[in-house]
Amino acid sequence: MALASSAPVPTLPATGDRVPRPDPVNAFRASYEHQILLYLRNWRGSLFSNFAQPVLFLLAMGVGLGTYVDKGGPDATGGVSYLQFLAPALLVSSVMQGAAGEGTFPVLAGFRWTRRYHAMYATPLTPTAIAFGQLAWNATHALMVGSIFAVVIVLFGAAATPGILWSVPIGVLTGIAFSAPIAAYMTSQRDTTAWNNIWRFGITPLFLFSGTFFPIERLPDVIRPLAWLLPLWHGVDLARALALGTAGQEPLLHLAHLAILVVVAALGAWAMFVRFRRQLEK
Amino acid sequence: MTTQPAPARAPLIAARGLTKRFGSFTAVDAIDFDVAPGESFGFLGPNGAGKTSTMRMIGCISPVTDGKLSILGLDPSSDGPRIRGQLGVVPQEDSLDTDLSVIDNLIIYGRYFGLSRAECTRRAHEMLEFAQLTERANDRVEPLSGGMKRRLTIARALINEPSILLLDEPTTGLDPQARHLLWERLYRLKQRGVTLVLTTHYMDEAEQLCDRLVVMDKAKIVAEGSPRQLIERYSSREVTELRFPVGIQETLGDRLAGIGDRIDLLPDRVLVYTSDGEAVSNAVHARGLEPETVLVRRSSLEDVFLRLTGRSLVD
Repeated sequence: MALASSAPVPTLPATGDRVPRPDPVNAFRASYEHQILLYLRNWRGSLFSNFAQPVLFLLAMGVGLGTYVDKGGPDATGGVSYLQFLAPALLVSSVMQGAAGEGTFPVLAGFRWTRRYHAMYATPLTPTAIAFGQLAWNATHALMVGSIFAVVIVLFGAAATPGILWSVPIGVLTGIAFSAPIAAYMTSQRDTTAWNNIWRFGITPLFLFSGTFFPIERLPDVIRPLAWLLPLWHGVDLARALALGTAGQEPLLHLAHLAILVVVAALGAWAMFVRFRRQLEK
Repeated sequence: MTTQPAPARAPLIAARGLTKRFGSFTAVDAIDFDVAPGESFGFLGPNGAGKTSTMRMIGCISPVTDGKLSILGLDPSSDGPRIRGQLGVVPQEDSLDTDLSVIDNLIIYGRYFGLSRAECTRRAHEMLEFAQLTERANDRVEPLSGGMKRRLTIARALINEPSILLLDEPTTGLDPQARHLLWERLYRLKQRGVTLVLTTHYMDEAEQLCDRLVVMDKAKIVAEGSPRQLIERYSSREVTELRFPVGIQETLGDRLAGIGDRIDLLPDRVLVYTSDGEAVSNAVHARGLEPETVLVRRSSLEDVFLRLTGRSLVD
């Protein structure tokens, strides 16, 4: 009975209740998948530097400088070699630096340079899913950097106890505590000016003075309380205590470290989600 | 067998009193419009008229400040992701991921719509064909020309087979060849039944692509109709352009009065709107005036546009 029709009749699009609902889980998964795709474009170079950085640092500071430090006796570093004293702290600091970077340029690019986030928002993706993809990736990357660092530490014989492995999750947590608030801040930046200042006057001094290379007890009394305000010292001190097996000596202090890291990471993530929404939804 | 009655063409997009404010600045001021299925609908207007703000509200990425907006029968404030799943968006500024290859840009975009990897790959190849970019599939996006990037952006917008395609100034900054190729591709989509909504400040583009358009100025809609209707309503059939030697132009005063339907005295030339351009030319000569050049042409959307939105520069 069907009548042959030569002219194609355009079908009317679905409207109202017949419009399909997108899968909300897919939004989060696809946002994360984009990050993986970006990583795979350049994974060899990235992996190489993830290995090279700990090797260079442990050689220069741990072995080179350590030989001199150890001559002063083991008391200064709590009874272990300088290399073992340094290793967990350096892991956490390095993961923090990497994560801070991941909170900067990809975010600036997503909003201003390639405008990737804007393209994502034109689809069923929500600002929350877009921010989630970035943050989840930053955590993944921190996990990779930390794990590779841990392998290098073991190869160097720089692990005092198996507790060194705790440095990896603590590094990731510290990384998020930096990456998320920095990403939140970068959403409204137009260029790298502010960022350069954060790096110069924030990240680099933190890296040097947060107890990574020497205990903060060596800092002048006036600046020592500052270490409490900034999350890197908490990560460094906690990771070191777990790596050297001394965390049980001051359980409250170390629980406080953990709590502060969790709170800063959670507040940072919350700020990042709010700011992504505000920046996209104009 | 009885023939089915034609389905009622309920509008795909309906706006009533649609308003967008940023603080105390009103970008879109209570506008009304409908877009029918399969229609090609344009927003015309100078910079800052509110076109992009309107497009962003239709794209469900900018909350409506006031008024009602319905897209595919749904409310953007509660069903944004659901509506966006049915839209294809070509934004004014390129937003391709320049760190990914051409084909990966298409594949990952398809993934956002919940399509399987295999389906994304299949459609990506189809779209590359459509956008004439097959040879560049594995190249990076960065070195592509402006026209290629635009085509890739349109290909990307089609990956989910959208029922409405939103194009914000799709050909700004392109050379004539690239523009004509794009127009041809868009015309094909229109033939397939895709509803096109576009903004432009190119009159030739509007005449080429739009079945119906609205002219926006200072956040409001000032005219609505097909290109032909607008020309009939706001201009005349023909325009006679007269150019006088420097110095004479300023002294013309009333000497042209009564010729044609309407006269526009510009710094460099005189436009006479009329139904008969030749007659105007003869009348001018009959008054003893000697223009350097006389050009009789058909009236265009540009004449309508300038009449409605004025000649002063908008920045």
